[in-house]
Amino acid sequence: MAIPAADPSRRGEEIAALRDRATVIRRLILDMLTTAGSGHPGGSLSAVEIVTALYFGGVLRYDPKWPDWPDRDRFILSKGHGVPVLYAALAEAGYFPHEELRTLRRIDSRLQGHPVYGTAPGIEASTGSLGQGLSIGLGMALAARLDKRRYRVFVLLGDGECQEGQVWEAAMAAGHHRVDNLIAIVDYNKFQLDGAISDIMELDPLAAKWESMRWDVIEIDGHDLGEVLRAFEWAVGRDRPACIIAHTTKGKGVSFMEGENAYHGVAPTEEELVRALAELDTARARAEASIEREAREDKEAGR
Amino acid sequence: MKELYPGLEFGKATRDAYGEALRDLGRQYEDIVVLDADLAGSTRSAYFGEEFPDRFFNVGIQEANMVGMAGGFASCGKVPFISSFASFVILKGFDQLRMAVAYPKLNVKVAGSHGGISLGEDGASQQAVEDVALACSLPGFTVCVPCDEHQMRAAVRAAYHHRGPVYLRLGRPKVPVIYRSEPEDFAFGKAVRLREGTDVTVIANGLMVGAAIVAHDRLRDKGISVRVVDMATVKPLDEDEVLSAARETRGIIVAEEHLIHGGLGSRVAQAVCRLHPAPMEFVGLDDTYAESGAPADLLRKYGLTADNIVDAVRRLLAR
Repeated sequence: MAIPAADPSRRGEEIAALRDRATVIRRLILDMLTTAGSGHPGGSLSAVEIVTALYFGGVLRYDPKWPDWPDRDRFILSKGHGVPVLYAALAEAGYFPHEELRTLRRIDSRLQGHPVYGTAPGIEASTGSLGQGLSIGLGMALAARLDKRRYRVFVLLGDGECQEGQVWEAAMAAGHHRVDNLIAIVDYNKFQLDGAISDIMELDPLAAKWESMRWDVIEIDGHDLGEVLRAFEWAVGRDRPACIIAHTTKGKGVSFMEGENAYHGVAPTEEELVRALAELDTARARAEASIEREAREDKEAGR
Repeated sequence: MKELYPGLEFGKATRDAYGEALRDLGRQYEDIVVLDADLAGSTRSAYFGEEFPDRFFNVGIQEANMVGMAGGFASCGKVPFISSFASFVILKGFDQLRMAVAYPKLNVKVAGSHGGISLGEDGASQQAVEDVALACSLPGFTVCVPCDEHQMRAAVRAAYHHRGPVYLRLGRPKVPVIYRSEPEDFAFGKAVRLREGTDVTVIANGLMVGAAIVAHDRLRDKGISVRVVDMATVKPLDEDEVLSAARETRGIIVAEEHLIHGGLGSRVAQAVCRLHPAPMEFVGLDDTYAESGAPADLLRKYGLTADNIVDAVRRLLAR
């Protein structure tokens, strides 16, 4: 079953609530990484709006009280190093308590440094060796077809990850089988560990690559929640696999991390955490002001 | 090849038995899905594919993707059997076997055909000599090298009923029949004592079981009593049987169609060291790849015949 057709004017309030949620998720990411003392802020922050839209924008069908619900949609974080964004979303969704986030990367924790299937509820695949999530998702999507179940499988890939050959094996196979319940999202933040994608191993034309594998492709601003939601509405219920290329900024939301690749795999210090949280507060206040202004303008224009 | 196994009848190749058994299981169990990477005709998984096209996925030449897909199927409750040549599914799919199967402990069955060097003329790129070592290195994997068509059928059935990842090694050529029919008491981790003996024990699997029986017969005529143990399951190892051999005979020869490092020999040696140190000799490939050639010529040149086992027994008894 496809989710309802695109609502052209998702209410401003709904978007505003999602923006709030995205800010909360950013705060949780920064907090858990600072506590852990290691991890990957850049690629966690770039994916916040994508993951927020999935879990809180009415895209994913899931039940935190019943993580093994056979008809649940599956979400695979193939770029496993970005797992703080997933743990934050799962805690927000109610899969496990928020306190557990501060156990990230500690001995005996369910929150491993990269996602591990069978540990924390809501984790659908073990990832961390890049390139593998789409194949796993393809197997899940085909299993749904065999069982006549209607769940969808969403796989979030990194841009650097798309340099892995296995991604294109899976893309080719999904296109061949016209797997219509498989949706890939590429978090195209333009950087990989060692530097700029364009310097190390260019991906462009990325959309053409997916199209050539017989996928439907859309390119969006991966931080514009309205666009992200519309992209998911577009992506579900097509007759072949869909890929959303989300243009994003690594480290999004924290000025000194944005586009600064040093924060690919280095956790913030306590002092940086304080600065980052203060910025998020300011950003939130600004966002609230602009939402109020938009609402006022809408009202004045009689919309 | 028949000249290497005098006195033994030849049956089908173990890959033939794999394909037949898998097709038969498919009739019984709807949760089986089968994946192959463009070698379905050779691995015989095509038998399943012909009868159950909806549950059969030929992914083309994409071993890594095939293994990942199997992990996805398994996490949704399917029981995937995936096959290719052992060289390709284990070596090209190794990281995927680790991440999508072993680490998440998923219920995937892996069949590597054309194991060892007895596939012959295609040469070393196709000959898997390190597959068993690699499969054994994956935590939680059961690893089994059946010796004939009957044992292979039992192993395929056992793989389906076992919950967890399994690696089965299949062979290309027709091989000697060791069991008269499908052994009903087959179980992973349970060795079979095929010949009693009191002087030395030969522990073998796969193609080397037949060679061990021939060696047993030859040495019996010279007054040497050789116990022959079929250790089809390399992991988990039947340590009780190893302990008996170490205690009750003067030493152990391990024979396998594989590198002598990392496979059955290494695992038996580890158990012997820990449980009851005893002299050992190893028959297998010693840090080398093989080459193109007729299977029998390769087995002779690379030291995988009954004669090589006889020599190892003599070496051991001379120590």
